[in-house]
Amino acid sequence: MPAAPAPRQGRRPVAVVSFAQAPNVRRDTAHNEVELLLPVIGEVLGNLGITKDDIGFICSGSTDYLIGGPFSFVAALDAVGVWPPKSESHVEMDAAWALYEAWVRLQEGDVDTALVYGFGKSSMGDLGKILALQLDPYVMAPLWPDPVSLAALQARALLDHGLATERDFAEVAARSRRSALDNPKAQVAYDRSADDLLGEDYVVAPLRRHALPPLTDGAAAVMLAAGDRAFELCERPAWITGIDHRVETHALGARDLTSSPSTAKAAEVAGVSAGPVEVVELHAPFAPQELVLCRALGLPVDPTGAGSTSVNPSGGPLAANALMAGGLIRIGEAAARIIDGRVSRVVAHATSGPVLQQNLVAVLEGA
Amino acid sequence: MADRPGSDQVTTLDTPIRLDYHFSAGAAATPYLRGLAEGKFVGQRCPVCRKVYIPPRGSCPTDGVATEGAEVLADKGTVTTYCVVNVPFAGQSIEIPYICAQVLLDGADISFMSLIQEIPADQVRMGLRVEAVWVPPEERGPTLASVEYFRPNGEPDADYDSYKAYL
Ligand SMILES: [Zn+2]
Repeated sequence: MPAAPAPRQGRRPVAVVSFAQAPNVRRDTAHNEVELLLPVIGEVLGNLGITKDDIGFICSGSTDYLIGGPFSFVAALDAVGVWPPKSESHVEMDAAWALYEAWVRLQEGDVDTALVYGFGKSSMGDLGKILALQLDPYVMAPLWPDPVSLAALQARALLDHGLATERDFAEVAARSRRSALDNPKAQVAYDRSADDLLGEDYVVAPLRRHALPPLTDGAAAVMLAAGDRAFELCERPAWITGIDHRVETHALGARDLTSSPSTAKAAEVAGVSAGPVEVVELHAPFAPQELVLCRALGLPVDPTGAGSTSVNPSGGPLAANALMAGGLIRIGEAAARIIDGRVSRVVAHATSGPVLQQNLVAVLEGA
Repeated sequence: MADRPGSDQVTTLDTPIRLDYHFSAGAAATPYLRGLAEGKFVGQRCPVCRKVYIPPRGSCPTDGVATEGAEVLADKGTVTTYCVVNVPFAGQSIEIPYICAQVLLDGADISFMSLIQEIPADQVRMGLRVEAVWVPPEERGPTLASVEYFRPNGEPDADYDSYKAYL
């Protein structure tokens, strides 16, 4: 049995051994959240030839604000079938943070596997209003600023500081949607030039339609395994050799939106610069955010994708943006490229909160 | 915003919040809701443990597999447990005291909460046999409000052993 690479954090090596996601669609009115998750969880276990009885710990990420009902994460457990009872937890965040909790749980050493999943249907409510409620409730939320307007402020700050051009935004969008042509689960994929995209009208200046993520109904799941169990389940596990997450103040006026110090700190702790980055999957829902994140990660800023690091080969959140699952999907997409042997070292990033408030960075490597 | 008397500091503020949703019932609950509009209880069966769930949510919570079919159940069943509501609260639409009971429909493997009427509150009991009283057909819709309440149907009380697994 090969040896797992030594992790920077934790004492026990943990790997992604399986990944599955639902088709990302604009509006899935035929299925409730449990029905959306059932095939995804079936696939993430089926990939490994295991059953729910082989799961040591379960952690999910979702938010009741999307579904408009209480305790939706408890109802979602019906998609797993937790009988006999299993140790389980939930984060009211993107499921990338559920993966972090599961990673911590696996460090304890008494369980070897963890199922992580996230789900979100953006089609059921008014996302502009729902996401305004994650802002501070006294000063910001009563103004109901929608996420597109906040992202536009960030984009404007980038332009004003000479850190980006509107063409850069269009190049990011064109490259992402072109990459998505190879992703059968993507929602928005096309082959259009940046020149063509620059002819679109503004939605909220300086953001044109192409710079916005789609509204998505979706779900995803990852299986983690620790130590030798990972090699038993998977020929080439994607070992998490570094992982960290950091948060910035929720006071938007106190942040410099042109940079992402929380991403930079998480990247430093996770050891992003300790080796070549062959693939990076960035959770940048709005096109300008890719530029902010590349700088924070110490990667070349190259909207056209000509550099040695492949940025969002899945198409990224511009191709499909299932809330509460999108960050986990970045980890899954990056890990899948190690599991299938295409590359050896990848970086995955997840974000939560308004305009990149909280950021998680993971380095994954093949043995 | 309201200021505390004698202070120039803002101490409270009102921020009204309203969110509207388009609910997706899902593949399993849709026939259940349509059934209610027709005066029928429609559940689904787990292909593994064979249990019948109503309302069906799409999955057997024990086995984690999709439930199947359209199991039309009788509109009568057994009170497995109950409470007598004596406390008035805002928005209460039923005269107190009234009975809130768990009703296990014949053929179902899970009970649901319902109102029991046409029996004095001090006479309701575990094992009481009840039947659904539907609202008139023209008032029925895809909602449990199509059932006005349950009432005793005159059958002898159910044997404890027949429902003890559902408490
Ligand atoms: Zn079952």
